[in-house]
Parts: sequence; structure tokens; C-alpha cells
Amino acid sequence: MTDATLRPAPNLLANGWVKAALILAAIVAAAMVAAKLDGSGTAYKVFIDPFVQMVELPDLLVQTLWEGLVTGVLYALIALGFVLIFKASGVFNFAQGIMVVFAALTLVGLHEKGVPAFLAVILTLGVMFVLAVTIERMVLRPLVNQPDIILFMATFGITYFLIGFGESVFGGNPKQMIAEQLYLPKGAIDLNILGGRVSLQKIDIAAAVIASIMIAALALFFQYTRIGRALRAVADSHKAALSVGISLNQIWVIVWFTAGIVALITGIMWGARSDVSFALEIVALKALPVLILGGFTSIPGAIVGGLIIGIGEKLGEFYWGPLIGGGIESWLAYFIALGFLLFRPQGLFGDKIIERI
Amino acid sequence: MKKTTIMKGAALGALLAGSALVSPAMAQDSIYVANNAYRTGPFSGSGTPIGDGMRDYFTMLNERDGGIGGVKINFEECETGYDTKKSIECYEQAKSKNTVIYSPWSTGATLAAIPRAHIDKIPILSMAYGLSASADGGQFPWVFIPPLTYWDGASIMVRHMANELGGMDKLKGKKLGLIHLDAPYGKEPIPVLEALAKKYGFEVKLYPVAAADMQNQGSLWLSIRRDRPDYLYNQGWGAMNPTAVKEAIKNGFPIAKLVGVWWAGGDDDARAGGPEAKGYKSLNFNAAGSNFPVIQDILKHVVDKGKSLAPKEKVGENLYNRGVYNSMLVAEAIANAQKISGKKVVTGEDVRRGLETLNITEARLKELGMAGFANAVKIACADHSGHNKAYVAEWDGTKWTQKGDWMDPLKDEVRPLIEAAAKDYAEKNAGWPKRAEACEKSS
Repeated sequence: MTDATLRPAPNLLANGWVKAALILAAIVAAAMVAAKLDGSGTAYKVFIDPFVQMVELPDLLVQTLWEGLVTGVLYALIALGFVLIFKASGVFNFAQGIMVVFAALTLVGLHEKGVPAFLAVILTLGVMFVLAVTIERMVLRPLVNQPDIILFMATFGITYFLIGFGESVFGGNPKQMIAEQLYLPKGAIDLNILGGRVSLQKIDIAAAVIASIMIAALALFFQYTRIGRALRAVADSHKAALSVGISLNQIWVIVWFTAGIVALITGIMWGARSDVSFALEIVALKALPVLILGGFTSIPGAIVGGLIIGIGEKLGEFYWGPLIGGGIESWLAYFIALGFLLFRPQGLFGDKIIERI
Repeated sequence: MKKTTIMKGAALGALLAGSALVSPAMAQDSIYVANNAYRTGPFSGSGTPIGDGMRDYFTMLNERDGGIGGVKINFEECETGYDTKKSIECYEQAKSKNTVIYSPWSTGATLAAIPRAHIDKIPILSMAYGLSASADGGQFPWVFIPPLTYWDGASIMVRHMANELGGMDKLKGKKLGLIHLDAPYGKEPIPVLEALAKKYGFEVKLYPVAAADMQNQGSLWLSIRRDRPDYLYNQGWGAMNPTAVKEAIKNGFPIAKLVGVWWAGGDDDARAGGPEAKGYKSLNFNAAGSNFPVIQDILKHVVDKGKSLAPKEKVGENLYNRGVYNSMLVAEAIANAQKISGKKVVTGEDVRRGLETLNITEARLKELGMAGFANAVKIACADHSGHNKAYVAEWDGTKWTQKGDWMDPLKDEVRPLIEAAAKDYAEKNAGWPKRAEACEKSS
């Protein structure tokens, strides 16, 4: 006899994925039984009809997936802003949403003052840099070594300051994003797919491409550069990072500035799809379920989480929303995130936190 | 040392005496008008132009006529951010300052204020917003909802649809979609649309938009593409409206079949869609533009003197003029109250009577410099809305223009629903007071 045969059989159920798959299979089986039992009743509408629709009207399915993809990429971009700050300072940056508004308003506001579009972008980046330095000096530095919750509350303070400051400088009026001046494309590409029309907005394509490039660049930057390594060191332990000579202040400025850049890109893209107003702040908070799903500390988690939430909520709203009166998108995202949390409490790619007591 | 103490004491005494003398005098020569506004927050896009219009009209009355009936109007804004919780603070503040009227400026805020106002005896003016059922003056003596309710609006939408299709009988089998904010405001027209759908045989499809997804309507418009409604009625507000206009264009929905309620008719809402938004429609009960004596007076007495918060080019925009219209109703109610009560400085109770007998004729509108700006408004003891006319406005690419004639709501169908809903409200709220206020003889 070899040792291998003596080893106890591995407990497959301990693996979260296997457990998830088994439960999913059980749900599907139960659904099929239920659908068989009540014919054209509720179970049919929930479990069968949406899929019939998907097959019968494939163009709408493609369109829904596309919409989900674009929103997902944008969610991923917003989530990335949160992840970077969470890694560096250990706080959920509540102010990320208002930073989106602030960056977009600064850009549009500068352009209204007669600054050429691209110069306005550069100046806005400058403003975001000044903002990052100010936040580091005025808020973060005095709070070094305080509990995380204090820093978290401080981001609320930043939010309310930026709301008030933004409103007093730019006013509350909604503004048009200067999409044309920034050479962002307009109009749509209509494709004939499977006997139907799928229309891809050029601005959405641009948003998806730019956001993807941005995400890739940031991921690479924080993976392979000296600053990236320093960031990861800071994320592991502030004290250990300080002891090997990493400047915490410098890292914070860089991270908040990066969050500012992300905010500006998000603001431009989302602003062009809608308009630039303080309502954009709420959109950024849609990144919260993405973070719950992907894990607060993981860049790939933000990307995959963003896509799952984006596509999941669009599919859910489109195919299952009408069954309960529609408008389910806003909570469905949290629902999806919670579903994943049942199996992976630390999020898809989050670090398992092991604390010794 | 001692001398200075005495001096200080004397100064303080003088100050106290001074303020004691001043405050009753102040209270006597001005009328306090509280008004909610939201120049901040996600809905500020709609709230700011309205707030400017309301403020400028009263500033103009004070500057040009020295107030109303020789009494200055002390107009004060309370910032709510379109948040119902904050609106209650604003209500309490307005009450403590003895406001003669309260304009909640959100349906949620109106619903919160209605029970309070019936105890505190403060008249509420919810101009074409708020609880449609409050048009029943028998149950709601302190709430006024001129010139028409959301239910009237929805019925005018149905009439508009029938006009374009060629008659009420052509409505059969048609599909009307209602895009609405998933909030008390957005849900208001649902009961009346469903009742009318049943009667005329068309179908109503609901497309709710959660406040968090106002700018994220992608999947909703996919549903619209799937369901292919013949018409869309948009009961939207704030950032939801420009997004809806953009999405309609993006999804190839015929923009001329998208009709907004009067609150979805902001210039910024339509402008967001660019040149392709031409043809977007909205119900309306005031005219847009600055070509009216009243707006010219505002320009002359307020804007040109630097007393307005509005940029000059925004004066005369649709929602700005809507604000002017709201203030005109308040001012006329106060003037009417002065006439009925014989007092110069009127109270909330007087203004309630003033509102209940409000009758703004075409001739009066002309005197106010508003000929062609609005239609006549008449409120009565039992009918606190008047169910007045509205028209369909069309965006021509740069401004709002009047598309069709002024239309009456389907009053015969809406009114019984309103009375039933009002009765229902009173029954559901145990201890709802029976109306104790007598009707005026003239009404």
C-alpha cells in the first residue's frame, strides 16, 4: 500500500466553489420541477420565460450585455479609485463620489471661463493634485495612527466640504460635458445581429476603451513600479513600511491624486452619457456593491466585480425586473454582492483576514 | 472701571429697548412668506431656476410697488436639497416665523406637511404638485393645488394622445409607457392612468427609475425597446430628465412621442439631447420667454439692478417663469386676503380664505403683465385645484414653444377619483379633522 491510499478523501464541500456549484444545481433543479408543476404560472415567468426571450430576441440580449459591459467597466473604474485608497490608507473613501462631481465641474467650469478643452483637462488634473496634497496635509497627516473609523469619518468631512465648496464656486446648475471639444465621438454604430438591430453608442465604446486602458495602466503601474511596490508595502503595514524608509505622505498624495484622475475620467465619461451635476455623486456609490463583491483590496476584484455587477444588474432589470414592477437595479447590485459573500466573505479576490487574538 | 460698566449696561439696555421697539414694528409692516427651495443636491438643476423666478417676482413687487397693498413682503427661502427630512425643519421654521403660506416644493415635503398644517392652520400651496387628492377642499381645507393636479396632467396626456391618434376611440389597444421617479412624486399619476386605461382600452406600462439610477437608465430603455410603447409620459425630475431625453434619442424612440409632465420641461432637460431633442414635448401651464411685461419688469427692477441670483440669459426660461407663476399665485392670494379681511397685514387664516376665493381672470392677468403668459385660474371652496387648462409645449431645438391649444383635463373622470381618494385619506388617517372652516359667500 502506498501513502496515497491512506490519505483521507479530500472534503470537497469545504471548497466554497464546489459548495456554490452544488447549491446552484439544486436551485436549478428545484426551479425546473416547479416550472413543470405550475405550467404558465409564476415559476414559468421566473425560470423559463426570460431565457425564451433571450433566445427569441437575441439582439436585445446582445444589447443588454453590451449596456452591462459598458456600465460594468465604468463601475470597475470607480471601484478602482476606492481600492487604491483603501489599500494605502485602510479607509473606504466616502468622498470618491463627490470627487467625480468636483473634477467634472472643474473641467466644465474652466472651459466655460474660456480655457481650451485640453488645457482645461490639464488644469483640472492640477486642481486634483492640489486637492490630493491638501487632503494629505490637512486631513490624513494629523490623523496618522488613529483608528480607521476616524479616517473614514474624515472622508465624510471631505465630502461635505467639497459639496459646499463646489456649489459655491460652480453653482448647482447642471452643465453639459464638453464631450465634443474633447473629441469624444458622437452617434452610434448600428449592427445587424441575428435579425435585429444592436446599436453601439460611440461614446460608450470610447468609455469602455478608455476605462479599460486606464484600469490596465493603473494595474500595471501599481504592480511593477517602485511606487506600486511601496503602495503594497504600505497596505500591508504602515509601521513596517515606514521602518524601511517608505514615505507614507508621498504614497498618500500619489494615491489620492490617482483617485482624482480616476474621478475625472469617470466624470467625463458619465457626464457625457448624462449631464454634469451633483447627482453624479450617487452613481459613484454604486461602486460599493462592486467592492463588496470584489474585495476592498484587490484590483482584479474591482474589475471582475464591476463587470459582474454591471452585467448582472442589467440582465436582472431587463429580464426579471418587470415581474416585480421594475426599478430593481439599485438593490439588485447589493443582492448579487450578498449572494457571493455567502460563499466568500472576503470578496472574490479579497485577502482572507486572519487576526490573532 | 465703574463708569465703563455703567456705560456697557446702558448700551445693552438701549440695545434691548431698541430691539423691543423695532421687532413689533417690523412685524407690522411686512408679511412673512416662507418658501422651500433646493439650490443644492441632485435636483438642484430643476430647483435653481424655479427658486430664482419665485424670488425675483417678490423682489420686483417690493421694488416696483412697495410690496402688496403697501405692505412689504418678507420673502425667505429655506434650503431643503429636495430632502423631505430637511423640509420638515423648514416647515417648523416657517411656522415659528408666522408664515402666511407654505410652499413645500416637493411632493414628499407636501405629504409630510399636510397633517401638520391642518393643526397649525398654515395654508399650503403645492402648485401643480403634491397630493392630487388634496384638490378636495372639503377634506383638505388648508391645502391648495392650483392650477391643476398630476391626475389632471395625466388625463391631459391621454387627451393629447387621443388628439394625435384621431379620437378617444382610437386609444384602444395602444400602449402608453410611464417613466417615473420611484418616489411619491413619480407614482402620483399611476391610479388615474390605470383608471383611464381601463375605460378607453389602452395599456399602461410602468418604468420606475430609482433615485440612485437617475443617470443610469440603460436597462429601462432596453425594456422600452422591447415593449414598444406608442407614447411615453415622463414623470421625472432633476437629473432624470436630461438622461431620459438622451436615452430616448440613443435608443431610437421617436422623440415627438415622449411627453414630459410640466416638471420635465426644463430648458436644460431638453438641451441635453442636442439638436436631436427637437420635438420633445412637455405639458405646460405657463409660457416660456421674456416677451411679457411682467418679465420685462423683473429685468428692469431686479436683474438689471443686480438683485437677482439668476444669470440674465436664464430669465424667461420655462422653469424660471414657472417660479414667477408660483409667486404670482401667492401674491394674488395675499392681495385677495387683504381685500376680504380688510387688513393690510394678513395672517395665514386670511390667506387661506384668499386662496379659496382666488379668481384670476384674463383681465387680471393682463393687469399683472401676464396676458398670454398663463391661463385664467379659479379656485373654489370645494375645488382647491380648479382643474384648469394646460397645453403641450414643444422644444424647437433652442426654446419651448406652444404646440397645441390649451386643453381641459378630463375633469369628469378625474374629479370622482379625487373625491374618493380624499375620503380614503381621511379614513386611513384616524382622527382626520372634519372641515370646520366656513366657505366664503362669494365662492
